[in-house]
Amino acid sequence: MARSWLPDNGPDTPDPRRSVLAAAVIGVAVMAAVDEIVFHQILGWHHFYDRSTRAVGLFSDGLLHSAELLALVGGFFWYADLRRRGVLVPRAAWGGFLLGAGAFQLFDGIVDHKVLRLHQIRYGVHLLPYDVVWNAAAVVLLLLGAWVTWRVRSRPGRAAR
Amino acid sequence: MTAFAHTGAAAGPDPLPLAAVALLAAGYLLAVSRARRGWRRRRTVAWLAGCAVLAVALGPLAGGPGDPRVHMAQHLLLGMVAPLALALGAPVTLLLRVVPPPVGRRVGRFLRAGPVHVLAHPVTAALLTTGGLALVLLTPLYAEAERNPVLHHALHVHYVAAGYLLAWSVAGPDPAPRRPGPAVRIAALIGAGAGHAVLAKYLNAHAATLPPGLPHRDIEALRAAARLMYYGGDVAELLLATALFAAWYRRGRPRRPAPSGGAGSPGPAPRCAADRVGPVSRCTGSRPSAGA
Repeated sequence: MARSWLPDNGPDTPDPRRSVLAAAVIGVAVMAAVDEIVFHQILGWHHFYDRSTRAVGLFSDGLLHSAELLALVGGFFWYADLRRRGVLVPRAAWGGFLLGAGAFQLFDGIVDHKVLRLHQIRYGVHLLPYDVVWNAAAVVLLLLGAWVTWRVRSRPGRAAR
Repeated sequence: MTAFAHTGAAAGPDPLPLAAVALLAAGYLLAVSRARRGWRRRRTVAWLAGCAVLAVALGPLAGGPGDPRVHMAQHLLLGMVAPLALALGAPVTLLLRVVPPPVGRRVGRFLRAGPVHVLAHPVTAALLTTGGLALVLLTPLYAEAERNPVLHHALHVHYVAAGYLLAWSVAGPDPAPRRPGPAVRIAALIGAGAGHAVLAKYLNAHAATLPPGLPHRDIEALRAAARLMYYGGDVAELLLATALFAAWYRRGRPRRPAPSGGAGSPGPAPRCAADRVGPVSRCTGSRPSAGA
């Protein structure tokens, strides 16, 4: 939802910046959904509520969770709008998606798990390897996203198609 | 959870709320049959679907024993699913199409009245839904409503009304004078969803004491009800968000005359004028260019 605060390139001009942003919103939300579906529901590693959760964590978690749901829907409609107007740059969108997914994963791994201690990745195990893999995966996603996005910027002519 | 604990609903579904729902459906269909220039079928479908959800919540789900999970399912349907479907039925627009102009003008004046602005603001609606739910579930009101059938019905009316207000102010196709822009509506929806999620987790964690004053307490069932509340709230939020963004998407069809910005511009009015007949015919809904 950012037609007004970003400079408009004019009609039907490829818009890599909005492509990155819209897909990043989707990336954040999809990663949050994966976290919820895979780790909470399927594996049952994460706990719905951890006894050590503090009030501030509970509130920030609720706010984040609610915002993710809106991001999921809003991101897809924003993406569809870019596509419909013919200004979507698919490669830039992939870069944005990976950046968003990595950013969420890192935020979840550092702030939710370690700073706010909402819940841990798994219970009854030695946590360190889990935390390392979790955050390393986040960094890999971020680097990959940054690389894809950077390539679009450095070679706009080729990447625009 | 015997019949004694639940005098109000033990005798099976109460016919009174079901009659009210039937009246809602029949009144709408009557208005559709009289609407000049026809009426969109999907609006009728949405309204009838909303009535059907209300009927399920007030019929089959109401007569059972006082299981908190059934109660929660009922509240989710009454307060979240049904109101969105009803709001998508655009009953006010339909009303303005079938009533004579003087009555329409009066409806328009009512909608433009100051208190209605405050009430129809998305933030007010969010506070009424989530705050109302918190008030019921964190105080002895819940236990009292189990005993007192009048209070029970009143709470159900509150759930439907507050949910409708939120759906209308956030995503409804009906006119709403001075409706705030998408940013405020999105923020209100995030706030309502967050409050709902926090409340559900809090209830889950404190099922041993909340809701207070229950004569019998099945802690596991209460926990399951809280989890149902959490995930049911997610579904409702996704539905509301879809309605909100789909309306934004539809209004922003290509060949929009307005470039970026356009905060004060009337915006493209391809369907506003056709859909909104009567005294509130100004398109006051979401402008695709404002903050979008």
